Formats: sequence, C-alpha cells, structure tokens
Amino acid sequence: MSVDRATVHRIAHLARIAITEEEAARLEKELSGILDWVAQLDELDTTDVEPMTRVVAMTMKQRNDEVTDGNCADDILKNAPAVDDHYFVVPKIVE
Amino acid sequence: MTNPTDLTIAEARAALDRKDLSATELAEAHLDAIDKANEALNAFVLVTPERALEAAKESDGRIAKGEARALEGIPLGIKDLFATKGVRTTACSHILDGFTPTYESTVTANLWSAGAVMLGKLNNDEFAMGSSNETSYYGPVVNPWQRQGSNAKLVPGGSSGGSSAAVAARLCMGATATDTGGSIRQPAAVTGTVGIKPTYGRCSRWGIVAFASSLDQAGPIARSVEDAAMLLKAMASHDPKDTTSVDVPVPDYVAAVSKGVKGLTVGIPKEYRVERMAAEIDTLWQQGVKWLEQAGAKIKPVSLPHTKYALPSYYIVAPAEASSNLARYDGVRYGLREPGNDVLSLYENTRAAGFGEEVKRRILIGTYVLSAGYYDAYYLKAQKVRTLIKRDFDQAFQEVDVILTPTTPSPAFALGEKSGDPVEMYLNDIFTVTVNMAGLPGLSVPAGVSSEGTPLGLQLIGKPFDEETLFRTARVIEEAAGPLAKPVNWWSRAA
Repeated sequence: MSVDRATVHRIAHLARIAITEEEAARLEKELSGILDWVAQLDELDTTDVEPMTRVVAMTMKQRNDEVTDGNCADDILKNAPAVDDHYFVVPKIVE
Repeated sequence: MTNPTDLTIAEARAALDRKDLSATELAEAHLDAIDKANEALNAFVLVTPERALEAAKESDGRIAKGEARALEGIPLGIKDLFATKGVRTTACSHILDGFTPTYESTVTANLWSAGAVMLGKLNNDEFAMGSSNETSYYGPVVNPWQRQGSNAKLVPGGSSGGSSAAVAARLCMGATATDTGGSIRQPAAVTGTVGIKPTYGRCSRWGIVAFASSLDQAGPIARSVEDAAMLLKAMASHDPKDTTSVDVPVPDYVAAVSKGVKGLTVGIPKEYRVERMAAEIDTLWQQGVKWLEQAGAKIKPVSLPHTKYALPSYYIVAPAEASSNLARYDGVRYGLREPGNDVLSLYENTRAAGFGEEVKRRILIGTYVLSAGYYDAYYLKAQKVRTLIKRDFDQAFQEVDVILTPTTPSPAFALGEKSGDPVEMYLNDIFTVTVNMAGLPGLSVPAGVSSEGTPLGLQLIGKPFDEETLFRTARVIEEAAGPLAKPVNWWSRAA
C-alpha cells in the first residue's frame, strides 16, 4: 500500500516535523517500501485473536494517594532553552 | 602480570580484594585505553575521568575496610540512553543537545550502589533506532574486529554499538545497553561479547530514554557469561517508579552459571533456518547443538510457525510506540530549540533539525499506522500477531527448557554497506525481534568466528524470568567454544 505525496505531508504535519519537497519525495518511496513490506501480515487470519495488551501477566500496583514528590521547579527548568521565573517561554500561540 | 584491562570483572574483583591492584589503578588503565582508542573507535561520546577517579578512590577506601560491594571498583561504560545525574545524556541525538539530567536512572543507580565506577557515556544509534550504530549524531562507532587481511571498517552492531565495541576493545570491563529488537544481542554477537536482554519487566525502565515502551529492556554487555550474570544481578530490581517492573526477587544469577545443562531440553526451531542465512551460521548453529548434547542436554526440534511475521509486526509496533514516546521532543522544555514564529513552527523546525533520517522515518511510519483509518489495519493487526508469536513460544516451552538459534544472519558488515534500503538494515534483526515481541529473555554468547575471522554468536531464548537457564546453557557453549582471541589492536594511537 503506497503512500502518496499528499499523505507524506499529512503525516509529517501530524508528527509536527517540517519536511522539504525533496525529503517528501524521498520519504514517499521509503515509507511506501516499508509499508509494502509490512503488508505481509495480511496473510494471517487474526479474526479470533486478542491483541497483546500487556507483555507480562501482572496486576498493576497502586500507591497510597500521598504527595511524596514535587517542589522541584528549578530541576524541571534546568535544561530549558528559555525560562522566565518558573515558566517555560515559547513564541506566542497565534490563532 | 596481566594487563588490568584484560581481566574479567570476576578476576578484577578478586584481584582488588587481594590488593594486587587498586581500583584507582584499574580506572586509570581504562581511562588511558579510552584516550588512545576513542579517536579511531568512537565508542565513547563522553568520558568522565574525574568522576571515575573519585568513585575509584571511594572504592579503594571501602576495599581497605573490607566493605567491598558486589561490583566494587569495577569500571563500566554507560550507554547514552541512561539518565546519569549531572552527566550529559543525549540518546546520541541532536535534539537532546546538552541535556543534563537532574536524576539518575534506576539501573545505573543500582550499579553505583554496588560500587561500580563510571568511565563515561557510550555511543549508540540515535534513540536506539538502528542495527549498526551508524545513525548516531556523534558519528558511527567502529568495530575493533576487522576481517582477515582487510582494514575495512566494520560496524559493531546496534543500537548498543558503543557498548559492544568498548567492551570488546577492553576500554571498559562491562557496559549497560538496551534492547528493543536486538540491540544488546546483535552487537554482542558481532563483537564477540556476551549480551543478555532479560525478561520484559526484569529491569526498571525508569530513567532510560524511551523508544518502544512495550519492548525496551536494559541489560549488560560483558566479556564472559559470568561477568554478564554479575552485572545483571546488580542491574535488576523491582522499581515502584516503573509500573511495568515486576515484583519478583532477583535470583543469584552468578550461582546459576556453573550448573551445566544435564537434564535440560534444548529446542531447535526450524523456522529460524532462513534463506538469507550464511551457510557458516547454520554450521555454527549445528555445532552449538552438538556441544549441548555432549554436555548432557536433550535436543528437540520445535516449531514457531509465526516467526517470519515477527519482523514486519515489530516494524509496526516499535515505530508506533516511538512516535508517541518521541512526541515530547518539541524544543520547549529541554534540548535543541530552533526558532519559529509561533509554537507550531517551533515544534516543526526543532523536530526537523533535531532528528536524524532513521528516527524521522520511524516516527512517520508510527504516526501513519496509528492514524485514523489505519489503526486497525496496522497497529491492532500487529498486536494480534504479537499474541500469536507469544503463543508459539508458550507452546514450545511446554516441551523444552531453552531454545537455541543463531543471533544474526551474518557477521559484522562494513560501514556504509547497508545504508541504501532501510528494509535491508531491518533484516539484521530477524532472529532477535521475536524475543522482544514475546517479552522473553534472550542471550547472545560468542560461539565461533566467520570465514573472515570475525565473531559469530548463538542466541538462547528462555522462559519468562528464567535467565538462570540462559546463563547455565551459555556457559556450556562458552566453555566448548574455547576462549575467543582478542581483536588485534590496530586502533590505539601512539602514546
């Protein structure tokens, strides 16, 4: 199942990755190649098969509903490219 | 006296306790080796000499007081996927430029609590995506092994190529690594080292840069089965911060190593004999069977009928999970930021500039297979195939205790050789992805050399949480194969 140029642009937008026309052309071929190859899964009849939703059978643990962490705003901001007080600074969100 | 960098971890621990050498001398010997080698091999992306010597000094103090811990004074390399507090961690990606964690991964914290010494951070394929360590932002790693009569640079495998190359070249005594589709086992196989990916949930994933959350596992690469057992014992733990980490006690893997294989049944899956496999790989596999038989194991053919579908379903599931895990790299909170007029451009420009080609390819495949209209046909389908793959193994393990297969379809290839078609590179994982898809433990042990003189490994696949059987079986193969020659040192620059 091939992807066309428009689809490549649509996916790139969904993934929030800017791509040039050149890259789109290359990706069209590469992604189509990969998707054609994975299409062999259609050979399998999986009508009555449950999808694997957990790798190891286990009951998820819960913890007590207590505050045991936090108050480390400086740590969280430590690697930020732009900060102001305890805020991450980003360009204006334009409508 | 043996060169300290030629010792195994077990030998070094004994030598340190006997005071034959100090932890400081051991660390210095390795830092010196790294200094001479790294230009040619590019195994380390960051060396931490001050931290190493500080830790070694502390180890010497503890040894003097008779308080040595399990890995006291042992110098290790850490794959750059593990968050190391105060030490740059980038997943070998431009998008995490300069990122310095304010926290330590659970696995590395366990190693420091056991007294290990950090030499530095090891190179890997960007975000652990690759089978040759050619996608790293910091450049490729070169395998210390070369083909007989050739000085062509070979790949050390991937994604843990820095780990495998550094251990094989004796730049560190052991290394941490991660495995999502084979990234511990395949590099181990092509560098003549031992690598184990434990059962999913055995090691905590907390603090490890996530690639595919239902497949990722941490594990060690070392120069002997015993060393790998010592490292895994220290690395594994239940971690309340990782809800997928299991609350099962960590067995004494080291004690299991010498148990032998008498009474064990070894399964040989016929579907692993594939067309593209080099004849010498099949020969080595049969040799492995003979060795185990001679050591008292029973051999039984088994069938894993859905084997060939593991690779394509992996290349749906892993990219899908990666597209979700890598959504966080947006230039806002850490790492690279490219300018943009608005937030959308900020995201798009940062991610375009920050991610390499292979990472982008996988994010895009992942985004596509999860998108509206395609989710059922691809992702859901692949997750159903996963159930079938697991079922194959469950059934086989009712009749056998461990499964023996080759680790890779060929020995180490040359840099640039497989950079054309992405699918050609993916085929390197053909024997290893099944194990991640089923959540089982898998180990690669050196078993021989190719006709070109480069290492070949055999893979052992075990029941969930039965790493002990992997270690004892691997030890039999290790002993039968005999010691692997060291790679001839072509890489050290003059002092």
